[in-house]
Amino acid sequence: MAGRNVSRPWRLPLVILLASFLLVGPPFLSAYWVGLLTQVVILGILAMSLDLLIGYTGLPSLGHAGFFGVAAYGVGVLSTTYHAGLWTSVAGGFAIGTGLAALFGLIVSHVRDVYFLMITMALGMVLWGLSFRWIPVTGGDNGISGIPRLETLLGLPASGPIPYYYVALAVFVLCSALMTMLVKSPFGLTLQGIREHEPRMRSLGFNTWLHGYVSYVCAGAFASIAGIMWAYYNGFVSPTYLDLTASSELFLMVTLGGPATLVGPVIGAGAIVILKNVISAYTARWLLILGIVYIVTILWAPQGLWNLGRERRS
Amino acid sequence: MTYFIVQSLNGLFSAALLFLIASGLTLAFGVMRIVNIAHGSFYMLGVYVAYSVAARTSSLLAGALLAVLIVGAVGFLMQRLFLRRFASQPLPQMMMTMGFALFFRDAALMIWGGDPFTLATPRWLAGSMETGAIVFPWYRLFVIAVAALVGVGLWLINERTLIGARVRATVDDPEIAAATGINVTRLSGGVFAVGAALAAFGGVMGGPILGGYAGMDFDLLPLAFVVVIVGGMGSLKGALIGAIVVGMIDNFGKALVPELSYFTLFAPMVLMLALKPTGFYGRA
Repeated sequence: MAGRNVSRPWRLPLVILLASFLLVGPPFLSAYWVGLLTQVVILGILAMSLDLLIGYTGLPSLGHAGFFGVAAYGVGVLSTTYHAGLWTSVAGGFAIGTGLAALFGLIVSHVRDVYFLMITMALGMVLWGLSFRWIPVTGGDNGISGIPRLETLLGLPASGPIPYYYVALAVFVLCSALMTMLVKSPFGLTLQGIREHEPRMRSLGFNTWLHGYVSYVCAGAFASIAGIMWAYYNGFVSPTYLDLTASSELFLMVTLGGPATLVGPVIGAGAIVILKNVISAYTARWLLILGIVYIVTILWAPQGLWNLGRERRS
Repeated sequence: MTYFIVQSLNGLFSAALLFLIASGLTLAFGVMRIVNIAHGSFYMLGVYVAYSVAARTSSLLAGALLAVLIVGAVGFLMQRLFLRRFASQPLPQMMMTMGFALFFRDAALMIWGGDPFTLATPRWLAGSMETGAIVFPWYRLFVIAVAALVGVGLWLINERTLIGARVRATVDDPEIAAATGINVTRLSGGVFAVGAALAAFGGVMGGPILGGYAGMDFDLLPLAFVVVIVGGMGSLKGALIGAIVVGMIDNFGKALVPELSYFTLFAPMVLMLALKPTGFYGRA
């Protein structure tokens, strides 16, 4: 199912159109829409990181928002409680998110399919419970507010919505490039081989456990980057970042957009963010609509939007 | 000692509720290979339906009956109209149930509001049993007894009836079961509906103590999952053992180290996975 897009000539023009919009559009938009686009690119990184697991390795993780949230908490705690500087906080957030992925990976990467799903979900709930109950550190339900905004970066002024958007976009471009390289590398191809037929890969001599583990840690690392960007975007961290709703919204971004494409999950992230904000302006029933979107997606576009036009896998 | 006995009884009470809820989850998993994210929603809907009924009739029994019937019907329709199309495709099935979980969660908030409530304890079960220094509410004992009865009933059906034999055959191997003439599709619908009804019943039984509140569905779901993982997916016996293990650990954990309650809860799961990934009674 590795996607060769010969039969879908609309893909390349669409990517170019969206990319040029992301690059030159924001200065012409209101601060509100710049904020939404910032959310789209940050959650795009997060959705792509989950795609490494769901799409490329065939590991359906339902606790992925955990790493995102933990990294954001890392930044929050370091920069408010300990008044750490920007780079210390960033490094700390990244280290704790990735370290946790390295730890959890040991537990989860020898199980597959539905077992993997249930275990990642349960671990995600542990993290949520911790953020909710460990009040002295995390502030409990109130979360942590007052994360300092980005003022300057590498000597350049970076305050305000538009500069921060471009910082996020730069990180997004870097992460997408890295992830694209990852999935096209021999390592990435091995992951796809494992997804298709693990026993065969094992009998060919691949250490499938190690591949799954490394894939899980990489996904956790990219999710941590997204979490750090989000903490500075919002200036605020709360348990809702890593609850089950967050993880399932994330799961939907990947499946709605189209797993194993990297582009698809970004489109999924864009669709969900914009839908959520537009709908929330009219009604408080966002979850109800999200649930319906979920059901409709599975019924009519089970392979995701970016894969539309491809025959369904049997 | 008194403390220990009372905490153990509390643990058994949690185990009773967990067994009611997890038995449906594990059976649906065994027969359909489905990870039902909406299982916590069935539990939640059970409490809310019983709340509405009890508010009008002031009878917990009527509430329990209607909750079981309505939620069972919801489960049946869900399987019939939506999940059946994705038979033996675990991921689309799971995502479908996730959509329903979000839908039910918000629908419940819309219909019943977000205010927490508890169901009224039936009058004849009010008060506590007092034996020496041990004081324990009658209602909790009643729930333990009811869950035990349900467990015995499920075990009898599973081991001693034709339907039970079909269920066991399907858990073992759905394809071979279908080849021997078992109507796996219809069986799946039935098992899914019974599982939903059991979760709703668990919700009603827990209602006078735990009550209903917004977010209860996702609070409970991981607990039920841990029970199923520890016990082994698809096994009723496993659900019983898992429920007792998780109920006890959760209770003592919460009583002794409240801040770490989530860790004490998930530690057995991690241990189990490291030692025996299929759980006590699960099959690979």
